[in-house]
Amino acid sequence: MSLLEVKNLKVHFPVKHGMFSRTHEFVKAVDDVSFAIEPGETLGLVGESGCGKTTLGRAIVRLVEPTAGNVLLDGEDVTRMNGSILRARRRKFQIIFQDPYGSLNPRMTVEQIVGEALDIHKLTDSKPARQKRITELLKAVGLDAIYAQRYPHEFSGGQRQRIGIARALAVEPELIICDEPVSALDVSVQAQIINLLRDLQQERGIAYLFIAHDLAVVEHISRRVMVMYLGKIVETADAKAIIRDPQHPYTQALISAIPEVDPESKRQRIILPGDVPSPIHPPGGCPFHPRCPIAEERCRTEVPAFREVAKNHFAACHLAGTKIDLPRNPARREAV
Amino acid sequence: MWSYVFKRLLHMIPLLLGVSLLTFLLMSLAPGNYYTALLQNPQISPDTVARLKAQFHLDQPWYVQYFYWLKNVVRGDFGYSMAYHIPATSLIVGRLWNTFLLSFFALIIAWGVAIPLGIWAAVNKDSWIDRACSLFAFVGLSVPDVLLSLLALWFAAATGWFPVGGAQSPLYDFLPSAQQFWDRAHHLILPAIVLAASDLAGIMRRMRSCLLDTLRAEYVTAARARGLGEGWVVYKHALRNAINPLLTIFGYSLAALLSGAFIVENIMAWPGLGRLTMEAFFAKDSYLVVDCVVMATGLLVIGNFVADLLLAWSDPRIRLK
Repeated sequence: MSLLEVKNLKVHFPVKHGMFSRTHEFVKAVDDVSFAIEPGETLGLVGESGCGKTTLGRAIVRLVEPTAGNVLLDGEDVTRMNGSILRARRRKFQIIFQDPYGSLNPRMTVEQIVGEALDIHKLTDSKPARQKRITELLKAVGLDAIYAQRYPHEFSGGQRQRIGIARALAVEPELIICDEPVSALDVSVQAQIINLLRDLQQERGIAYLFIAHDLAVVEHISRRVMVMYLGKIVETADAKAIIRDPQHPYTQALISAIPEVDPESKRQRIILPGDVPSPIHPPGGCPFHPRCPIAEERCRTEVPAFREVAKNHFAACHLAGTKIDLPRNPARREAV
Repeated sequence: MWSYVFKRLLHMIPLLLGVSLLTFLLMSLAPGNYYTALLQNPQISPDTVARLKAQFHLDQPWYVQYFYWLKNVVRGDFGYSMAYHIPATSLIVGRLWNTFLLSFFALIIAWGVAIPLGIWAAVNKDSWIDRACSLFAFVGLSVPDVLLSLLALWFAAATGWFPVGGAQSPLYDFLPSAQQFWDRAHHLILPAIVLAASDLAGIMRRMRSCLLDTLRAEYVTAARARGLGEGWVVYKHALRNAINPLLTIFGYSLAALLSGAFIVENIMAWPGLGRLTMEAFFAKDSYLVVDCVVMATGLLVIGNFVADLLLAWSDPRIRLK
């Protein structure tokens, strides 16, 4: 049985237009998303800003109320839990936030921040045990115990993110939603944090849903990767396969944007025309068709099914697998 | 910490010197003095007036007057009220105490009501509670102190529930001490509520918006994610971080109360510093005016100082040096 099973999850936010109008329209931030995570596995989730990644992550841990669908954790439906049961179950799933500055209470010492989680779920029975546990947790994330009495503002971004990780680890969760945990950090620090997350996973067998907008980062840590566009999953495959052989044209465009070390590389950057359409009125047919370089007539009318295009490789595209042909030797276009 | 307190108190000295100097200058710019009016009285000989003027150094330039005044203040003597014919110190102490009482209770009413109401409105954002609070704040901010004072007087007169003005009843001195206490409290309630009303609305709105800001903060979401109960989330994580700007306006709030007290004291006949200042000013009782202004400035500076100390005490990021 999968650790986490998300079935047809939808999160729709009502849009208010004015003082007197009733709400008729909805932002479909997450629209009919299904996937599963195995124990100890990392599932990557990529997509551009505003595509619904963060909302999806938060809906899973009920920080945002799902509109429809089920989230099964160890077979229990998280969407149906309430009050104290939900609060008690929160031990099993934790979240690491993107902003290491905003996610730590500035008035609490590191000890209080990490210790609070222990107190909520009554995980230690005595003061010395609590102390010992906090020291252990700090050590696990590479912080010295002498920092326990300091306040968040005395730390760097990377150190703060380590505190956030220690806080999440304190309750020994089975699943951690990593909501862009490194995108606010310096590149040199990013690698440290990612390696830390990977080491912790190996030691403790925690599963991650790793959200990022950078495919290179996600590929580095994930076994499988999902690509999200306008609230929908457009492609899912093993990390290696998705980089080597992307099927959906959107994924192909994302991958072409990963910088390469090799200056002689012949790879062309695929530049998508236009902006992401409004999630209030997503385009009919394939939601990607207005920006798709290979769209055909049926893409405008028919919603593509999410189908298995190769073994364990799923994509929602009528033309999955068609490689985008760029004009030969184009004048070097600047990135839009 | 103590060196900080000492330094802040030391900073008060030049400030008070400047304020008193400026007040003297402004008073001297207006024509005439307390005794000018006496010259019109045919029963008082000009010699007497000249003697009295000389006695209070009113025949000297203003800066000389200032130094005489300053010399006495250093010795603990705040001069002599020409209108009341008693030393200014004895006059001011009683009035200062009255103003302090009025402001203090207004402060307690304003903050005691505004903070819970603001929290309530923020936690129940967009509910009818929130809307009712907004409407209340809108009315509170729009109605001027003057009108509110008059309405309160009318209310007191119409219902007879409260005394109309004053700080104590005429028979005060003959009452047993328990009744004396009640008498003072009874007189205090209405002016304190009026004075609190205008401040209350502002503080409530500030509390609401500050709390809404911190309720949106990521660490609040993080606290929920760990399974902390909603009450604790609001109190421990959101409220404690929302309180900083409020402690800062606490200092300003004291200033607003003192200036508000000027109006309320005058209309509701509360024998406080504000009313004394006004009377002294119109009578050109110059030493008393300066004393009053200096006292009010002192209250204000101390209020801000207390707000700074509270801020340092509540926020670990602020260290006083």
